[in-house]
Amino acid sequence: MNWLNFIYFLSAVFFILGIKGMTDPRTARQGNFIAAAGMVLAIVGTLLRKEIVSYEWIIIGFIIGGTIGLLIAIFMPMTRMPERIALSHSFGGLAASLVGISEYYRHGAEMGNVKIAAIGFEVLFGSITFTGSLMAFGKLAELIPSRPITYRFQNQSNILLFFITIFIWIYLIFNPSASHLFYAMVLLCFLVGILIVLPIGGADMPVVICLLNSYAGLAAAATGFVLGNNILIIAGALDGGSGFILAILMSKAMNRSFANVLFGAFGAISEELKQKQDEFYAGKIKATTPEEVAYLLENARLVMIVPGYGLAVSQAQHVLGELAKYLKSKGVDVKFAIHPVAGRMPGHMNVLLAEAGVPYDDLLELEPSNNLFPEADVAIVVGANDVVNPLAREDKNSPIAGMPILDVDRAKTVVVIKRSLAPGFAGVPNPLFIKENTLMLFSDAKQGLQEILNSLRGTVSRLH
Amino acid sequence: MEQSPVGGIIIGLYIFTLAAFLGYHLITRVPPLLHTPLMSLTNAISSISIVGAILVAGMKHDKFTTALGFIAVIAASINLFGGYAITERMLRMFRGRGIR
Repeated sequence: MNWLNFIYFLSAVFFILGIKGMTDPRTARQGNFIAAAGMVLAIVGTLLRKEIVSYEWIIIGFIIGGTIGLLIAIFMPMTRMPERIALSHSFGGLAASLVGISEYYRHGAEMGNVKIAAIGFEVLFGSITFTGSLMAFGKLAELIPSRPITYRFQNQSNILLFFITIFIWIYLIFNPSASHLFYAMVLLCFLVGILIVLPIGGADMPVVICLLNSYAGLAAAATGFVLGNNILIIAGALDGGSGFILAILMSKAMNRSFANVLFGAFGAISEELKQKQDEFYAGKIKATTPEEVAYLLENARLVMIVPGYGLAVSQAQHVLGELAKYLKSKGVDVKFAIHPVAGRMPGHMNVLLAEAGVPYDDLLELEPSNNLFPEADVAIVVGANDVVNPLAREDKNSPIAGMPILDVDRAKTVVVIKRSLAPGFAGVPNPLFIKENTLMLFSDAKQGLQEILNSLRGTVSRLH
Repeated sequence: MEQSPVGGIIIGLYIFTLAAFLGYHLITRVPPLLHTPLMSLTNAISSISIVGAILVAGMKHDKFTTALGFIAVIAASINLFGGYAITERMLRMFRGRGIR
Protein backbone atom coordinates (compact mmCIF):
# COMPACT_ATOMS: atom_id res chain seq x y z
CA MET A 1 0.00 0.00 0.00
CA ASN A 2 2.91 2.36 0.72
CA TRP A 3 4.30 2.49 -2.80
CA LEU A 4 0.81 3.25 -4.05
CA ASN A 5 0.45 6.22 -1.71
CA PHE A 6 3.74 7.50 -3.06
CA ILE A 7 2.47 7.19 -6.63
CA TYR A 8 -0.71 9.08 -5.72
CA PHE A 9 1.44 11.74 -4.11
CA LEU A 10 3.50 12.08 -7.31
CA SER A 11 0.41 12.42 -9.44
CA ALA A 12 -0.93 15.14 -7.12
CA VAL A 13 2.31 17.05 -7.69
CA PHE A 14 1.92 16.55 -11.44
CA PHE A 15 -1.65 17.89 -11.35
CA ILE A 16 -0.53 21.03 -9.55
CA LEU A 17 2.39 21.58 -11.94
CA GLY A 18 -0.01 20.99 -14.82
CA ILE A 19 -2.35 23.74 -13.68
CA LYS A 20 0.63 25.99 -13.04
CA GLY A 21 1.51 25.52 -16.71
CA MET A 22 -1.82 27.10 -17.63
CA THR A 23 -0.75 30.47 -16.20
CA ASP A 24 1.07 31.23 -19.46
CA PRO A 25 0.10 30.35 -23.04
CA ARG A 26 3.70 29.34 -23.75
CA THR A 27 3.74 26.64 -21.08
CA ALA A 28 0.08 25.58 -21.30
CA ARG A 29 0.56 22.57 -23.58
CA GLN A 30 3.37 21.32 -21.41
CA GLY A 31 1.07 21.73 -18.40
CA ASN A 32 -1.63 19.66 -20.05
CA PHE A 33 0.91 16.95 -20.79
CA ILE A 34 2.23 16.90 -17.22
CA ALA A 35 -1.31 16.66 -15.83
CA ALA A 36 -2.04 13.78 -18.22
CA ALA A 37 1.11 12.00 -17.05
CA GLY A 38 -0.08 12.40 -13.46
CA MET A 39 -3.35 10.78 -14.44
CA VAL A 40 -1.63 7.82 -16.12
CA LEU A 41 0.47 7.28 -12.98
CA ALA A 42 -2.57 7.28 -10.71
CA ILE A 43 -4.54 4.89 -12.93
CA VAL A 44 -1.72 2.41 -13.46
CA GLY A 45 -1.05 2.45 -9.73
CA THR A 46 -4.71 1.78 -8.99
CA LEU A 47 -4.94 -1.06 -11.53
CA LEU A 48 -2.00 -2.79 -9.83
CA ARG A 49 -3.74 -2.85 -6.45
CA LYS A 50 -4.23 -6.39 -5.27
CA GLU A 51 -7.90 -5.76 -4.42
CA ILE A 52 -8.61 -5.48 -8.13
CA VAL A 53 -9.34 -9.04 -9.19
CA SER A 54 -11.34 -8.73 -12.39
CA TYR A 55 -10.37 -6.45 -15.23
CA GLU A 56 -12.92 -7.19 -17.91
CA TRP A 57 -15.48 -4.52 -16.99
CA ILE A 58 -12.78 -1.96 -16.37
CA ILE A 59 -11.23 -2.54 -19.78
CA ILE A 60 -14.57 -2.56 -21.62
CA GLY A 61 -15.52 0.64 -19.78
CA PHE A 62 -12.23 2.25 -20.76
CA ILE A 63 -12.73 1.35 -24.39
CA ILE A 64 -16.33 2.57 -24.58
CA GLY A 65 -15.74 5.75 -22.57
CA GLY A 66 -12.40 6.48 -24.22
CA THR A 67 -13.86 6.13 -27.71
CA ILE A 68 -16.80 8.41 -26.93
CA GLY A 69 -14.51 10.94 -25.23
CA LEU A 70 -11.98 11.01 -28.06
CA LEU A 71 -14.66 11.26 -30.75
CA ILE A 72 -16.20 14.25 -28.98
CA ALA A 73 -12.75 15.80 -28.52
CA ILE A 74 -11.83 15.41 -32.17
CA PHE A 75 -15.08 16.37 -33.86
CA MET A 76 -16.75 18.89 -31.55
CA PRO A 77 -16.64 22.29 -33.31
CA MET A 78 -14.98 25.03 -31.25
CA THR A 79 -18.18 27.06 -31.40
CA ARG A 80 -19.81 24.27 -29.36
CA MET A 81 -17.19 24.13 -26.65
CA PRO A 82 -19.64 25.23 -23.92
CA GLU A 83 -21.86 22.24 -24.76
CA ARG A 84 -18.95 19.83 -24.53
CA ILE A 85 -17.87 21.27 -21.17
CA ALA A 86 -21.43 21.04 -19.81
CA LEU A 87 -21.63 17.39 -20.92
CA SER A 88 -18.33 16.55 -19.28
CA HIS A 89 -19.45 18.07 -15.97
CA SER A 90 -22.50 15.89 -16.24
CA PHE A 91 -20.41 12.71 -16.71
CA GLY A 92 -18.12 13.73 -13.85
CA GLY A 93 -21.10 14.21 -11.56
CA LEU A 94 -22.59 10.88 -12.64
CA ALA A 95 -19.37 8.96 -11.95
CA ALA A 96 -19.03 10.44 -8.45
CA SER A 97 -22.68 9.83 -7.69
CA LEU A 98 -22.55 6.18 -8.81
CA VAL A 99 -19.46 5.44 -6.75
CA GLY A 100 -21.24 6.89 -3.73
CA ILE A 101 -24.41 4.91 -4.36
CA SER A 102 -22.49 1.64 -4.72
CA GLU A 103 -20.61 2.29 -1.45
CA TYR A 104 -23.90 2.87 0.31
CA TYR A 105 -25.50 -0.17 -1.32
CA ARG A 106 -22.77 -2.43 0.04
CA HIS A 107 -22.13 -0.98 3.51
CA GLY A 108 -25.03 1.41 4.10
CA ALA A 109 -26.37 0.13 7.39
CA GLU A 110 -23.09 -0.45 9.19
CA MET A 111 -21.57 2.91 8.23
CA GLY A 112 -20.34 5.41 10.80
CA ASN A 113 -21.81 8.92 10.89
CA VAL A 114 -18.73 10.49 9.37
CA LYS A 115 -18.66 8.19 6.37
CA ILE A 116 -22.35 8.46 5.64
CA ALA A 117 -22.03 12.26 5.82
CA ALA A 118 -19.28 12.14 3.20
CA ILE A 119 -21.24 9.74 0.97
CA GLY A 120 -24.36 11.88 1.27
CA PHE A 121 -22.37 14.95 0.25
CA GLU A 122 -20.84 13.08 -2.69
CA VAL A 123 -24.18 11.81 -3.96
CA LEU A 124 -25.86 15.16 -3.35
CA PHE A 125 -23.39 17.19 -5.39
CA GLY A 126 -22.77 14.42 -7.93
CA SER A 127 -26.45 13.97 -8.75
CA ILE A 128 -27.31 17.68 -8.88
CA THR A 129 -24.31 18.21 -11.18
CA PHE A 130 -25.39 15.28 -13.38
CA THR A 131 -28.91 16.49 -14.22
CA GLY A 132 -28.11 20.21 -13.86
CA SER A 133 -25.33 19.95 -16.43
CA LEU A 134 -27.50 17.90 -18.76
CA MET A 135 -30.05 20.73 -18.59
CA ALA A 136 -27.33 23.30 -19.25
CA PHE A 137 -26.24 21.21 -22.24
CA GLY A 138 -29.83 21.07 -23.51
CA LYS A 139 -30.19 24.84 -23.22
CA LEU A 140 -26.87 25.56 -24.93
CA ALA A 141 -27.64 23.14 -27.76
CA GLU A 142 -31.17 24.64 -27.90
CA LEU A 143 -32.72 21.20 -27.46
CA ILE A 144 -34.81 23.00 -24.86
CA PRO A 145 -35.59 26.74 -25.05
CA SER A 146 -32.58 28.73 -23.86
CA ARG A 147 -34.76 31.50 -22.44
CA PRO A 148 -35.68 31.32 -18.76
CA ILE A 149 -38.58 28.93 -18.13
CA THR A 150 -40.56 30.25 -15.19
CA TYR A 151 -43.72 29.42 -13.28
CA ARG A 152 -45.39 30.64 -10.12
CA PHE A 153 -43.69 29.96 -6.78
CA GLN A 154 -40.73 28.56 -8.70
CA ASN A 155 -38.00 29.87 -6.42
CA GLN A 156 -39.97 29.02 -3.30
CA SER A 157 -40.62 25.43 -4.38
CA ASN A 158 -37.02 24.95 -5.53
CA ILE A 159 -35.66 26.19 -2.24
CA LEU A 160 -38.13 24.01 -0.34
CA LEU A 161 -37.07 20.92 -2.33
CA PHE A 162 -33.44 21.73 -1.74
CA PHE A 163 -33.98 22.02 2.00
CA ILE A 164 -35.91 18.75 2.09
CA THR A 165 -32.93 17.12 0.38
CA ILE A 166 -30.50 18.62 2.90
CA PHE A 167 -32.80 17.54 5.72
CA ILE A 168 -32.80 13.93 4.46
CA TRP A 169 -29.01 14.07 4.27
CA ILE A 170 -28.76 15.22 7.90
CA TYR A 171 -31.31 12.58 8.99
CA LEU A 172 -29.24 9.89 7.25
CA ILE A 173 -26.12 10.93 9.14
CA PHE A 174 -27.83 9.85 12.35
CA ASN A 175 -29.84 6.97 10.84
CA PRO A 176 -27.58 5.44 8.18
CA SER A 177 -29.78 2.39 7.75
CA ALA A 178 -32.77 4.34 6.35
CA SER A 179 -32.02 3.13 2.85
CA HIS A 180 -35.35 4.18 1.31
CA LEU A 181 -34.59 7.73 2.29
CA PHE A 182 -31.11 7.47 0.79
CA TYR A 183 -32.48 6.51 -2.62
CA ALA A 184 -35.24 9.10 -2.30
CA MET A 185 -32.51 11.66 -1.74
CA VAL A 186 -30.75 10.60 -4.94
CA LEU A 187 -33.96 11.04 -6.93
CA LEU A 188 -34.67 14.39 -5.30
CA CYS A 189 -31.17 15.56 -6.24
CA PHE A 190 -31.78 14.60 -9.86
CA LEU A 191 -34.99 16.65 -9.74
CA VAL A 192 -33.35 19.63 -8.03
CA GLY A 193 -30.59 19.65 -10.68
CA ILE A 194 -33.20 19.94 -13.44
CA LEU A 195 -35.35 22.53 -11.68
CA ILE A 196 -32.59 24.95 -10.69
CA VAL A 197 -31.32 25.30 -14.26
CA LEU A 198 -34.80 25.77 -15.84
CA PRO A 199 -35.18 29.48 -14.93
CA ILE A 200 -31.67 30.44 -16.06
CA GLY A 201 -31.31 32.08 -19.45
CA GLY A 202 -28.72 31.39 -22.14
CA ALA A 203 -26.46 34.37 -21.54
CA ASP A 204 -26.15 33.52 -17.84
CA MET A 205 -24.68 30.15 -18.79
CA PRO A 206 -21.06 31.27 -18.17
CA VAL A 207 -21.83 31.54 -14.44
CA VAL A 208 -23.89 28.34 -14.36
CA ILE A 209 -21.23 26.29 -16.16
CA CYS A 210 -18.61 27.53 -13.72
CA LEU A 211 -20.76 26.71 -10.70
CA LEU A 212 -21.51 23.21 -12.03
CA ASN A 213 -17.77 22.84 -12.63
CA SER A 214 -17.26 23.67 -9.00
CA TYR A 215 -19.94 21.16 -7.86
CA ALA A 216 -18.37 18.41 -9.98
CA GLY A 217 -15.06 19.10 -8.26
CA LEU A 218 -16.63 19.03 -4.81
CA ALA A 219 -18.30 15.71 -5.64
CA ALA A 220 -14.92 14.26 -6.68
CA ALA A 221 -13.34 15.56 -3.46
CA ALA A 222 -16.15 13.96 -1.44
CA THR A 223 -15.44 10.68 -3.23
CA GLY A 224 -11.90 11.04 -1.89
CA PHE A 225 -13.24 11.41 1.65
CA VAL A 226 -15.43 8.33 1.23
CA LEU A 227 -12.62 6.15 -0.13
CA GLY A 228 -9.96 7.67 2.13
CA ASN A 229 -8.02 8.65 -0.98
CA ASN A 230 -6.03 11.89 -0.87
CA ILE A 231 -5.41 12.28 -4.59
CA LEU A 232 -9.16 12.54 -5.18
CA ILE A 233 -9.41 15.15 -2.45
CA ILE A 234 -6.62 17.23 -3.99
CA ALA A 235 -7.87 16.95 -7.57
CA GLY A 236 -11.44 17.69 -6.43
CA ALA A 237 -10.33 20.73 -4.44
CA LEU A 238 -8.41 22.10 -7.44
CA ASP A 239 -11.37 21.54 -9.77
CA GLY A 240 -13.93 22.85 -7.30
CA GLY A 241 -11.81 25.90 -6.51
CA SER A 242 -11.19 26.64 -10.16
CA GLY A 243 -14.89 26.53 -11.02
CA PHE A 244 -15.75 28.73 -8.08
CA ILE A 245 -13.16 31.39 -8.93
CA LEU A 246 -14.30 31.48 -12.55
CA ALA A 247 -17.93 31.78 -11.41
CA ILE A 248 -17.00 34.79 -9.27
CA LEU A 249 -15.11 36.39 -12.18
CA MET A 250 -18.07 35.84 -14.50
CA SER A 251 -20.67 37.27 -12.17
CA LYS A 252 -18.42 40.25 -11.46
CA ALA A 253 -18.17 40.81 -15.20
CA MET A 254 -21.98 41.10 -15.24
CA ASN A 255 -22.14 43.02 -11.94
CA ARG A 256 -24.64 40.46 -10.64
CA SER A 257 -24.70 38.27 -7.55
CA PHE A 258 -24.92 34.47 -7.67
CA ALA A 259 -28.40 34.76 -6.16
CA ASN A 260 -29.48 37.09 -8.93
CA VAL A 261 -28.12 34.75 -11.61
CA LEU A 262 -29.65 31.62 -10.05
CA PHE A 263 -33.02 33.00 -9.01
CA GLY A 264 -33.44 36.18 -11.04
CA ALA A 265 -34.83 34.53 -14.22
CA PHE A 266 -32.92 37.28 -16.01
CA GLY A 267 -33.70 37.95 -19.64
CA ALA A 268 -37.41 37.21 -19.87
CA ILE A 269 -38.48 39.68 -22.58
CA SER A 270 -41.95 41.20 -22.56
CA GLU A 271 -44.03 42.44 -25.50
CA GLU A 272 -44.42 45.85 -23.92
CA LEU A 273 -40.68 46.27 -23.91
CA LYS A 274 -40.44 45.56 -27.62
CA GLN A 275 -42.94 48.35 -28.31
CA LYS A 276 -41.02 50.83 -26.19
CA GLN A 277 -37.88 49.89 -28.00
CA ASP A 278 -39.36 50.62 -31.44
CA GLU A 279 -40.11 54.17 -30.27
CA PHE A 280 -36.62 54.43 -28.81
CA TYR A 281 -34.88 53.74 -32.12
CA ALA A 282 -37.43 55.34 -34.48
CA GLY A 283 -35.78 57.55 -37.08
CA LYS A 284 -32.41 57.65 -35.37
CA ILE A 285 -30.69 54.67 -36.93
CA LYS A 286 -28.03 55.14 -39.59
CA ALA A 287 -27.73 52.05 -41.75
CA THR A 288 -24.61 51.41 -43.77
CA THR A 289 -23.35 49.10 -46.52
CA PRO A 290 -20.43 46.65 -46.66
CA GLU A 291 -18.76 48.92 -49.22
CA GLU A 292 -18.89 51.92 -46.91
CA VAL A 293 -17.45 49.84 -44.04
CA ALA A 294 -14.68 48.59 -46.33
CA TYR A 295 -13.83 52.19 -47.21
CA LEU A 296 -13.66 53.13 -43.54
CA LEU A 297 -11.43 50.16 -42.73
CA GLU A 298 -9.01 50.84 -45.56
CA ASN A 299 -8.41 54.34 -44.32
CA ALA A 300 -8.03 53.44 -40.66
CA ARG A 301 -4.84 53.13 -38.67
CA LEU A 302 -6.27 51.16 -35.77
CA VAL A 303 -9.34 48.91 -36.00
CA MET A 304 -10.75 47.27 -32.88
CA ILE A 305 -13.10 44.32 -33.16
CA VAL A 306 -15.56 43.32 -30.43
CA PRO A 307 -16.83 39.75 -30.88
CA GLY A 308 -19.85 38.32 -29.06
CA TYR A 309 -21.84 35.12 -28.94
CA GLY A 310 -23.44 35.99 -32.31
CA LEU A 311 -20.03 35.34 -33.86
CA ALA A 312 -20.15 31.76 -32.59
CA VAL A 313 -23.78 31.29 -33.64
CA SER A 314 -23.10 32.25 -37.24
CA GLN A 315 -19.66 30.52 -37.18
CA ALA A 316 -18.07 33.69 -38.50
CA GLN A 317 -14.73 33.39 -36.72
CA HIS A 318 -12.79 32.25 -39.80
CA VAL A 319 -14.04 35.11 -42.01
CA LEU A 320 -13.27 37.52 -39.19
CA GLY A 321 -9.75 36.08 -38.90
CA GLU A 322 -9.26 36.49 -42.65
CA LEU A 323 -10.51 40.06 -42.55
CA ALA A 324 -8.07 40.89 -39.75
CA LYS A 325 -5.21 39.26 -41.63
CA TYR A 326 -6.06 41.17 -44.80
CA LEU A 327 -6.21 44.51 -42.99
CA LYS A 328 -2.89 43.82 -41.31
CA SER A 329 -1.29 43.00 -44.62
CA LYS A 330 -2.36 46.50 -45.72
CA GLY A 331 -0.70 48.08 -42.71
CA VAL A 332 -3.84 48.57 -40.60
CA ASP A 333 -3.39 47.65 -36.94
CA VAL A 334 -6.11 45.27 -35.75
CA LYS A 335 -6.92 44.40 -32.12
CA PHE A 336 -9.67 42.31 -30.60
CA ALA A 337 -11.45 43.46 -27.44
CA ILE A 338 -12.77 40.51 -25.45
CA HIS A 339 -15.35 40.96 -22.72
CA PRO A 340 -15.17 38.24 -20.02
CA VAL A 341 -18.78 37.15 -20.64
CA ALA A 342 -18.72 37.39 -24.44
CA GLY A 343 -19.84 33.90 -25.39
CA ARG A 344 -21.34 31.14 -23.31
CA MET A 345 -18.38 30.19 -21.14
CA PRO A 346 -15.23 31.87 -19.84
CA GLY A 347 -12.64 32.35 -22.57
CA HIS A 348 -14.94 31.11 -25.35
CA MET A 349 -14.14 33.96 -27.79
CA ASN A 350 -10.39 33.53 -27.28
CA VAL A 351 -10.61 29.91 -28.37
CA LEU A 352 -12.65 30.79 -31.47
CA LEU A 353 -10.26 33.53 -32.53
CA ALA A 354 -7.25 31.30 -31.88
CA GLU A 355 -8.93 28.75 -34.14
CA ALA A 356 -9.25 31.46 -36.80
CA GLY A 357 -5.49 32.03 -36.62
CA VAL A 358 -5.52 35.31 -34.68
CA PRO A 359 -2.31 35.54 -32.60
CA TYR A 360 -3.11 35.82 -28.90
CA ASP A 361 -1.10 39.03 -28.51
CA ASP A 362 -3.90 40.74 -30.45
CA LEU A 363 -6.60 39.60 -28.00
CA LEU A 364 -7.07 42.29 -25.38
CA GLU A 365 -8.88 42.08 -22.06
CA LEU A 366 -11.41 44.60 -20.82
CA GLU A 367 -9.12 47.23 -19.33
CA PRO A 368 -6.43 47.47 -22.02
CA SER A 369 -9.23 47.53 -24.61
CA ASN A 370 -10.93 50.46 -22.94
CA ASN A 371 -7.63 52.32 -22.77
CA LEU A 372 -7.20 51.82 -26.49
CA PHE A 373 -10.72 52.62 -27.82
CA PRO A 374 -10.20 56.43 -27.90
CA GLU A 375 -7.32 55.84 -30.34
CA ALA A 376 -9.27 53.51 -32.60
CA ASP A 377 -10.50 54.86 -35.93
CA VAL A 378 -13.08 52.12 -36.32
CA ALA A 379 -14.59 49.73 -33.77
CA ILE A 380 -16.54 46.80 -35.22
CA VAL A 381 -19.08 45.07 -32.99
CA VAL A 382 -19.91 41.57 -34.23
CA GLY A 383 -22.70 39.65 -32.53
CA ALA A 384 -22.36 41.46 -29.19
CA ASN A 385 -24.95 43.72 -27.60
CA ASP A 386 -25.21 44.07 -23.82
CA VAL A 387 -21.44 44.10 -23.27
CA VAL A 388 -21.19 47.33 -25.32
CA ASN A 389 -24.34 49.01 -23.98
CA PRO A 390 -23.48 52.48 -22.58
CA LEU A 391 -26.62 52.31 -20.38
CA ALA A 392 -24.49 50.25 -18.00
CA ARG A 393 -22.44 53.40 -17.37
CA GLU A 394 -25.18 55.99 -17.67
CA ASP A 395 -28.49 54.66 -16.32
CA LYS A 396 -28.51 53.65 -12.67
CA ASN A 397 -31.94 52.03 -13.00
CA SER A 398 -31.06 49.83 -15.94
CA PRO A 399 -30.92 46.06 -15.30
CA ILE A 400 -27.32 46.13 -16.51
CA ALA A 401 -26.32 49.18 -14.41
CA GLY A 402 -22.74 48.96 -13.19
CA MET A 403 -21.80 46.09 -15.48
CA PRO A 404 -18.28 46.70 -16.77
CA ILE A 405 -18.60 47.27 -20.52
CA LEU A 406 -16.36 47.80 -23.51
CA ASP A 407 -16.41 51.54 -24.29
CA VAL A 408 -16.68 51.14 -28.06
CA ASP A 409 -18.53 54.46 -28.35
CA ARG A 410 -15.22 56.20 -27.62
CA ALA A 411 -13.83 55.08 -30.99
CA LYS A 412 -14.11 57.57 -33.86
CA THR A 413 -16.58 55.42 -35.78
CA VAL A 414 -18.50 52.40 -34.55
CA VAL A 415 -19.85 49.77 -36.93
CA VAL A 416 -22.37 47.34 -35.47
CA ILE A 417 -22.99 44.18 -37.50
CA LYS A 418 -26.33 42.80 -36.37
CA ARG A 419 -29.26 41.08 -38.01
CA SER A 420 -31.94 43.32 -36.51
CA LEU A 421 -32.53 45.75 -33.68
CA ALA A 422 -33.63 42.89 -31.42
CA PRO A 423 -32.56 43.54 -27.85
CA GLY A 424 -29.71 41.65 -26.22
CA PHE A 425 -30.17 39.23 -23.39
CA ALA A 426 -30.83 41.94 -20.81
CA GLY A 427 -33.88 43.04 -22.82
CA VAL A 428 -32.97 46.73 -22.85
CA PRO A 429 -32.52 48.98 -25.90
CA ASN A 430 -28.98 49.95 -26.71
CA PRO A 431 -28.32 53.72 -27.07
CA LEU A 432 -25.06 52.85 -28.81
CA PHE A 433 -27.08 52.12 -31.95
CA ILE A 434 -28.36 55.71 -32.18
CA LYS A 435 -25.12 57.48 -31.29
CA GLU A 436 -23.78 60.13 -33.66
CA ASN A 437 -20.74 58.02 -34.60
CA THR A 438 -22.49 54.65 -34.96
CA LEU A 439 -23.31 52.92 -38.24
CA MET A 440 -25.50 49.80 -38.38
CA LEU A 441 -24.78 47.06 -40.88
CA PHE A 442 -27.89 44.89 -40.84
CA SER A 443 -26.67 41.45 -41.77
CA ASP A 444 -25.81 38.01 -40.50
CA ALA A 445 -22.31 38.21 -38.97
CA LYS A 446 -20.68 35.77 -41.39
CA GLN A 447 -22.32 37.19 -44.49
CA GLY A 448 -21.67 40.81 -43.48
CA LEU A 449 -17.99 40.20 -42.78
CA GLN A 450 -17.60 38.26 -46.01
CA GLU A 451 -19.13 41.11 -48.01
CA ILE A 452 -16.83 43.64 -46.34
CA LEU A 453 -13.85 41.42 -47.16
CA ASN A 454 -14.99 40.97 -50.76
CA SER A 455 -15.44 44.67 -51.13
CA LEU A 456 -11.96 45.35 -49.73
CA ARG A 457 -10.38 42.88 -52.12
CA GLY A 458 -12.42 44.24 -55.00
CA THR A 459 -11.31 47.83 -54.35
CA VAL A 460 -7.67 46.89 -54.29
CA SER A 461 -7.79 44.85 -57.46
CA ARG A 462 -9.49 47.78 -59.20
CA LEU A 463 -6.62 50.04 -58.17
CA HIS A 464 -3.99 47.78 -59.67
CA MET B 1 -5.35 4.60 5.72
CA GLU B 2 -6.10 2.64 8.87
CA GLN B 3 -6.76 5.58 11.15
CA SER B 4 -9.99 6.06 13.02
CA PRO B 5 -12.62 7.42 10.61
CA VAL B 6 -12.65 10.84 12.32
CA GLY B 7 -8.84 11.10 12.18
CA GLY B 8 -8.93 10.27 8.47
CA ILE B 9 -11.53 12.93 7.82
CA ILE B 10 -9.52 15.55 9.69
CA ILE B 11 -6.39 14.79 7.67
CA GLY B 12 -8.57 14.88 4.57
CA LEU B 13 -9.86 18.32 5.57
CA TYR B 14 -6.29 19.59 5.99
CA ILE B 15 -5.42 18.33 2.54
CA PHE B 16 -8.61 19.71 1.00
CA THR B 17 -8.13 23.16 2.52
CA LEU B 18 -4.47 23.43 1.57
CA ALA B 19 -5.16 22.25 -1.96
CA ALA B 20 -8.04 24.72 -2.27
CA PHE B 21 -5.80 27.64 -1.19
CA LEU B 22 -3.04 26.55 -3.54
CA GLY B 23 -5.59 26.18 -6.33
CA TYR B 24 -6.97 29.65 -5.61
CA HIS B 25 -3.58 31.27 -5.98
CA LEU B 26 -2.66 29.32 -9.09
CA ILE B 27 -5.96 29.81 -10.84
CA THR B 28 -6.23 33.55 -10.24
CA ARG B 29 -2.95 33.78 -12.19
CA VAL B 30 -4.38 32.03 -15.25
CA PRO B 31 -5.09 34.71 -17.90
CA PRO B 32 -8.69 34.98 -19.23
CA LEU B 33 -7.18 34.04 -22.59
CA LEU B 34 -6.83 30.47 -21.31
CA HIS B 35 -10.00 30.15 -19.23
CA THR B 36 -11.67 27.65 -21.57
CA PRO B 37 -8.64 25.31 -21.76
CA LEU B 38 -8.24 25.73 -17.99
CA MET B 39 -11.77 24.54 -17.47
CA SER B 40 -11.33 21.55 -19.75
CA LEU B 41 -8.04 20.67 -18.04
CA THR B 42 -9.41 20.84 -14.49
CA ASN B 43 -12.34 18.82 -15.75
CA ALA B 44 -9.96 16.19 -17.09
CA ILE B 45 -8.07 16.20 -13.79
CA SER B 46 -11.27 15.68 -11.82
CA SER B 47 -11.86 12.50 -13.82
CA ILE B 48 -9.44 11.10 -11.23
CA SER B 49 -12.67 9.84 -9.67
CA ILE B 50 -12.09 6.99 -12.12
CA VAL B 51 -9.87 5.59 -9.33
CA GLY B 52 -13.03 5.10 -7.27
CA ALA B 53 -14.90 3.69 -10.25
CA ILE B 54 -12.12 1.17 -10.94
CA LEU B 55 -12.25 -0.04 -7.35
CA VAL B 56 -16.01 -0.52 -7.53
CA ALA B 57 -15.94 -2.24 -10.93
CA GLY B 58 -12.94 -4.49 -10.36
CA MET B 59 -13.39 -5.96 -6.91
CA LYS B 60 -15.79 -8.78 -7.81
CA HIS B 61 -18.71 -7.47 -5.80
CA ASP B 62 -22.31 -8.43 -6.57
CA LYS B 63 -23.71 -7.77 -10.07
CA PHE B 64 -25.52 -4.54 -9.17
CA THR B 65 -22.37 -2.97 -7.71
CA THR B 66 -20.28 -4.06 -10.67
CA ALA B 67 -22.86 -2.54 -13.03
CA LEU B 68 -22.74 0.79 -11.18
CA GLY B 69 -18.94 0.68 -11.27
CA PHE B 70 -18.96 -0.16 -14.97
CA ILE B 71 -21.15 2.85 -15.83
CA ALA B 72 -18.98 5.02 -13.59
CA VAL B 73 -15.84 3.85 -15.42
CA ILE B 74 -17.45 4.76 -18.77
CA ALA B 75 -18.56 8.20 -17.55
CA ALA B 76 -15.18 9.00 -16.01
CA SER B 77 -13.15 7.76 -18.96
CA ILE B 78 -15.16 9.94 -21.36
CA ASN B 79 -13.82 12.93 -19.41
CA LEU B 80 -10.42 11.38 -18.96
CA PHE B 81 -9.59 10.71 -22.60
CA GLY B 82 -11.75 13.49 -24.03
CA GLY B 83 -10.60 16.10 -21.52
CA TYR B 84 -6.89 15.92 -22.20
CA ALA B 85 -7.40 15.48 -25.95
CA ILE B 86 -9.64 18.51 -26.36
CA THR B 87 -7.40 20.65 -24.14
CA GLU B 88 -4.47 19.73 -26.38
CA ARG B 89 -6.54 20.46 -29.48
CA MET B 90 -7.42 23.94 -28.20
CA LEU B 91 -3.95 24.80 -26.94
CA ARG B 92 -2.38 23.84 -30.26
CA MET B 93 -4.39 26.65 -31.84
CA PHE B 94 -3.06 29.37 -29.55
CA ARG B 95 -0.17 31.08 -31.26
CA GLY B 96 1.80 34.15 -30.31
CA ARG B 97 2.68 36.80 -32.83
CA GLY B 98 5.57 35.79 -35.03
CA ILE B 99 5.33 32.13 -34.03
CA ARG B 100 3.98 30.17 -36.92
